[in-house]
Amino acid sequence: MTTKNVNIKIDEMTTSSSSIKNLEVTIGKVATDNWTEPMGPTPMPSMSTLRDWDMKLLARYKPFYMPDCDLCCLCTFGKCDLTAGKRGACGIDMAAQSSRIVLLACCIGSATHTAHSRHMVHHLIEKYGRRYPLDIGGLNIKVEAPITRLVTGIKPETLGDLDEVLEYAEKEITQCLAVAHTGQEGHNLDFESKAFHVGMIDHLGMEVGDIAQTSTLGFPKAEPEAPLVSLGIGSVDLSKPVIMAIGHNVIPSVGIIDYAKDHKVDDKIEVVGLCCTAHDITRYYNRGRIIGPISWQLRFVRGGFADVVVLDEQCVRTDVFDEAQKVHAPVIAASEKNCMGFKNRTDDPADEIVDDLVSGKVPGVLILDPEKVGEVAVRVAQQVAPIRKKMKNLPSIDEIKQIAKTCRQCNLCRRSCPQDLKLPQAIKAAGEGNMAPLTDLYEYCVGCGRCEEACPEKIMIHSMIVKAGEKFMLEENNLCRCGRGAVQDVEIRNVGSPIVLGEIPGILAVVGCSNYPHGGKDVYDICREFASRRYIVAVSGCAAMTAGSYRNSEGKTLYEEFPGGFEAGGVLNVGSCVANSHIAGAAIKVANIFAKRNLRGNYEEIADYIYNRLGAVGLAWGAYSQKAAAIAAGFWRLGVPVLVGPHGVKYRRMLLGREDKPEDWEVYDARTGDKVNVGPAPEHLFQTVETPQEAMVSIAKLCIRPNDTWKGRSIKLSHYVDLHKRYYGCMPQDLHLFVRTMADVPMTLKDEFAKILEAHDWKETVIPDPTLLPRMIRKMKV
Amino acid sequence: MSCEPWQCAEIAATKKANPITKPEIAVAMIKKASRPILIVGSYATERCMDGKLLIEYLIDFANASKVPVVATAHMVGEFLKRGYQPAGFMSAMDIGNRLVDPTWQGLDGKGHPDLVLVVGLPYPMESLMLCGLKNFAPTLKTMTMDNLFHPHASWSFPNATLEEWAANLKVMTSKFNGGN
Repeated sequence: MTTKNVNIKIDEMTTSSSSIKNLEVTIGKVATDNWTEPMGPTPMPSMSTLRDWDMKLLARYKPFYMPDCDLCCLCTFGKCDLTAGKRGACGIDMAAQSSRIVLLACCIGSATHTAHSRHMVHHLIEKYGRRYPLDIGGLNIKVEAPITRLVTGIKPETLGDLDEVLEYAEKEITQCLAVAHTGQEGHNLDFESKAFHVGMIDHLGMEVGDIAQTSTLGFPKAEPEAPLVSLGIGSVDLSKPVIMAIGHNVIPSVGIIDYAKDHKVDDKIEVVGLCCTAHDITRYYNRGRIIGPISWQLRFVRGGFADVVVLDEQCVRTDVFDEAQKVHAPVIAASEKNCMGFKNRTDDPADEIVDDLVSGKVPGVLILDPEKVGEVAVRVAQQVAPIRKKMKNLPSIDEIKQIAKTCRQCNLCRRSCPQDLKLPQAIKAAGEGNMAPLTDLYEYCVGCGRCEEACPEKIMIHSMIVKAGEKFMLEENNLCRCGRGAVQDVEIRNVGSPIVLGEIPGILAVVGCSNYPHGGKDVYDICREFASRRYIVAVSGCAAMTAGSYRNSEGKTLYEEFPGGFEAGGVLNVGSCVANSHIAGAAIKVANIFAKRNLRGNYEEIADYIYNRLGAVGLAWGAYSQKAAAIAAGFWRLGVPVLVGPHGVKYRRMLLGREDKPEDWEVYDARTGDKVNVGPAPEHLFQTVETPQEAMVSIAKLCIRPNDTWKGRSIKLSHYVDLHKRYYGCMPQDLHLFVRTMADVPMTLKDEFAKILEAHDWKETVIPDPTLLPRMIRKMKV
Repeated sequence: MSCEPWQCAEIAATKKANPITKPEIAVAMIKKASRPILIVGSYATERCMDGKLLIEYLIDFANASKVPVVATAHMVGEFLKRGYQPAGFMSAMDIGNRLVDPTWQGLDGKGHPDLVLVVGLPYPMESLMLCGLKNFAPTLKTMTMDNLFHPHASWSFPNATLEEWAANLKVMTSKFNGGN
């Protein structure tokens, strides 16, 4: 790395005249640089450094805004009505306001990941020291931090090196957030460019967090065959005390597991997780359990499974404390970001806290020392479990029948349900003794609880659904591949050529949250479809859990059916949210390791390479969060298209290309400087799709890239056509835009293609060495 | 029939849809338009009235009214299965994006649509798309043919039962020369 702090830390020193405790001295910075790669043009870019690159993308993929709200309510000039061309009191119009909201979402997401990583790095430096070496894959990984290298020009070697990376990230997030103030930026495309910037920073923040925890906590280090771990509440031994961790930051759970192991009670308790913290629990501890994605919090708390609920950060229901109280489960909040109104008991003796929680004197506490969280959680769980006996807050079937009779059939539950579930009909049937319609809803309910909030009779509709589906819930016992972390350099070498030349038809990253429109099976089906077609399928977060929650006709989960490597037909779970950085990192490493492009501070060239050559697509079928927005924004800047499911429309802005505008699709041929029309490849940068069928057809199409060889293009087109015919019942009508020479046409489809090409007066063109950057042209024609 | 947004929280509209109190009003609007199109979403095969799928009602309507259909998602296959050739098919976002481009000359290349009928998209998708059109294609008229009130449309049917919906669609179809 370029600079390094000299750091002296004395935990305890006693001399004849003095006693020193916890002394830490930092003396300036000493220049060191073991990395010989020359610095590229844009190390640590500011928010305008890569603006030209962003504008190139935004010229192709123009924003389509769907504001949802006609108003701006962000300052006291307002509320301002911005409808249909009106400007607000500050002069802003709806396009700029809409992009400002996008920027705000991306800032929130990026700040959240980066703050998570800041906590992680701070804690781990305190525990292991600044000079603790980074190691995320031993000899299998030389390019340990591709995003960090690319964006900052730093090659981090120790935990302490990550400090400087985070300082840069935090500065950029602050700058981008400042842009959203009234009377700053005024143009929608500049807001968009800044959203891209903070998305790139989000990837950086995520990478720092995951390489820090992977290096120190004994997580799998880029292991394709990382172990299979239990998934589902049915895998939990409910006769034991259960500690349920919810959130994303594994540090408090590490405290719990360490305490349990140190006191030899780890086989006497169950440590389970919901949402991404679950992934990281299983990366740390082979007896940990993933019990489900974020949206199942109400389901499991009301189900009474948790004897202690431990909250860390992000995606935690803000009413989880009230819900836990109803089942007499003590709550420990363990993050400064999520104090839940509890008294801070960090400095109190553990005995007192345990007594207070066990006796019910206090229902919850804030403890900011993870080791103390560990002790308190384990001891409380052991003492509370025999008392509460897995007390539920679910009605009995007989009670459901009675409660259902009080339903007025007013429809407010359905009108508040994001899934538009037929709740009134199901409740009516339950009142008549037929539980089947209610049971059917179990698979499709996302567990938001809005139905109950809307009900004028205060019917516990969600609880009724959970009770009706209880049998299925208790049978949930599946397998997830433990989060493997990064992709090995050797894996990149093995697949670099077939990916870039198009012979592996694409990389599909199925990521994000569980706000699914019709249950999780769609995620499984999409992953399986593309793995079977020998795409590389990378998964993470809640989507990775969902992908493992279903089985094929032989009873195998996806992770048993397909290998876990970064290879054709592989399904690799990289891990939790912050591990998404490894998916972007793999794309960057293809450019570096396979194509020998320099990474160091060389963002634009690498993004140009990925955009034009790497058939990668992200799918966030159930994306709900601002973090998902930031992750997507990071991929947009890298030139990787992202699809979201129907609820993703609520991000309110798409980035859409126009295949009917041929003038939009010209690139330079780097060999000659000629402009070549390469067609809409990829057609969109961000799009909402309506159905899984549409998602599958779109994924196949979005993997097409200008650099595909004729063989690669032929393979990609055959998948596109096959899926189109299967789901749309006809040939695609835009094939003439993707055929450059007749060699691109799949052999078995020549006749069908011929008709379409003839109808569109198709003419052969060349396969260029594509780039959007004039400086990459090697030889200009005179 | 209520003119509240079907999804209770979708209320942030200062320019709200005019309610269509009877189907004849919708028919008059369609007949007045010179270049209407009908966007049909994926719920066309998920909504059933009197044993007949929404898509079948819509095929009857499209045949009668000659309003060209744009099928979103995978609906093109569903239309083709039933012997109806839509004028075009593309994602809901793509058609929305074309409609906010005043230079777009429609599916036939002969001119920008002046009236957009929408039906059968998931409620939030339809709502947001209509809001996009309201704000960025302010001269375009939009009308929904669902039984759910959409405040961001120019014209919307109120919230209604399936029976009322079916009756409205039948009346609309019958008012065109090709209708029964």
